[in-house]
Amino acid sequence: MLKADDLNVYYGKIHAIKNVSFEVKNGEIVSLIGANGAGKTTILHTISGLLRSTTGSITFEDKNISHIEPHKLVRHGLSHVPEGRHVFLQMTVLENLEMGAYSMKKVSPSALKRVYELFPRLEERKNQIAGTLSGGEQQMLAMGRAIMCHPKLLMLDEPSMGLSPILVDQIFSIIKDLHSVGTTILLVEQNAGKALAISDRAYVLESGRIVLSGTGKELAESEEIKKAYLGG
Amino acid sequence: MRKCVYVGFIVKNILTIIFRKVTQVTNLIVTLIQGISLGSIYALIALGYTMVYGIAKMLNFAHGDIIMVGAYLIYTSVALAHCSPILGILISVASCALLGIVIEFLAYRLLRRASSLSVLITAIGVSYFLQNIALLVFGSEPKSIPVLFNIPAIQIGNSITITGETMLTLGLTVIIMTALTIFINKTKLGKAMRAVSEDKDAAMLMGINVNRTISITFAIGSIMAAFASLCYGISYTYIKPTTGSMPGIKAFTAAVFGGIGSIPGAMLGGILLGVIEKLSMAYISTQFTDAIVFGVLILVLIIKPTGLLGKQIREKV
Repeated sequence: MLKADDLNVYYGKIHAIKNVSFEVKNGEIVSLIGANGAGKTTILHTISGLLRSTTGSITFEDKNISHIEPHKLVRHGLSHVPEGRHVFLQMTVLENLEMGAYSMKKVSPSALKRVYELFPRLEERKNQIAGTLSGGEQQMLAMGRAIMCHPKLLMLDEPSMGLSPILVDQIFSIIKDLHSVGTTILLVEQNAGKALAISDRAYVLESGRIVLSGTGKELAESEEIKKAYLGG
Repeated sequence: MRKCVYVGFIVKNILTIIFRKVTQVTNLIVTLIQGISLGSIYALIALGYTMVYGIAKMLNFAHGDIIMVGAYLIYTSVALAHCSPILGILISVASCALLGIVIEFLAYRLLRRASSLSVLITAIGVSYFLQNIALLVFGSEPKSIPVLFNIPAIQIGNSITITGETMLTLGLTVIIMTALTIFINKTKLGKAMRAVSEDKDAAMLMGINVNRTISITFAIGSIMAAFASLCYGISYTYIKPTTGSMPGIKAFTAAVFGGIGSIPGAMLGGILLGVIEKLSMAYISTQFTDAIVFGVLILVLIIKPTGLLGKQIREKV
């Protein structure tokens, strides 16, 4: 479904992503894990077109999307929940969700209903300004907003960041729910344990390079990963 | 007999005092009306400022000069080309919208990720550029805008007159402000503008074409400027290449006064500024008017740095 081939991304002179290739197949949950600054977010930004790779290509459903402008990608079925949520703080919850459906002709009631079913909290607070929501609610809003356009591939960047353990569990169970209704998911996480537990496959990044890959289970049991990321 | 004279004297005195009070109150009302009229022009200009600032996050100091261009266009089409006033206004509005888009495209778009200082200096450059173009084309002699409409004045009592220009200006400002508020809050494009104003990257990820949205913002802001030039033209009739700068600066002040980025704030700030200006002219000193106006601004900003209706933006991390 999504194929990144030989990506190299620079921030000025800093070589942030080095020869990265990976793939997400239809119906999978794939995780990119790694420490802070390993380049996980940079990869997602490159797929979304906010950053450009100097080499290689990104293909999505057999279409080369390496040079498509970011705002046109949503129409291809690719939705990105950025790190730090980035909800529109001064707009209401409902308006945020409407923005998620900006690429559609109009807001589909069924999409809205689905978001409210997944996140009942958002329905309760639909007329509230997003800036007054708690961190967890903002994460739910960011995710709800991203699925308003019926994406085929959902990219989640650190969805559990800064949330309490209960909320982290909730967010991960929602990711599983989204996956079970047929959304393919590319997940970036620092919480490697949780991420590997729900992933079909995962890639491990270290200073801009993919150093390891395998199924979620394999990686979760690998000694190296345990030592480096799982605290044991 | 003596008593009668005495009572008569008192009655006369009381009547004089009442008459004086009435004159004072009438004068005050007349001054207030003048202030509101001037203030609506400021408000119209401030709406453009605040809209562009609110969404593109930049101070478009060339905004005042777009008013000047709009006024010259009305002058050219009506006085020189003998178009009907309505056609002249349409030409002015359409050309200003286009001018706004062109300025944004040529001068500001390349600086989208540059520091705000570079953008500000560019805007000042654009302002001087427009003034000098006008100087080249029309010369420094003031030009007179012909009478566009004859709207009868309203007479209240003996001494209060509301001129047609005042009513037109005020009416136009209220209509535009209402339309703008509805547009920003209720339409898809308006909401997209607010999204862009808050977070360009996130807006892009939603599928919003940020560049196009900002272009449209400039077009709308410049349309406000064209309407302001219409109101300015019918009230003040004379225009020269520097016509736009002082109202531009005053209106910028009004926008900051009301809380820059806020639409009702621009309206309130504009009207208050006009009223303060006219009141201080009438009751304090003509020479010190501008000092008083800007003094009030400084005072407001000391007490409430975000302006009267400005929002404190809180961010949750």
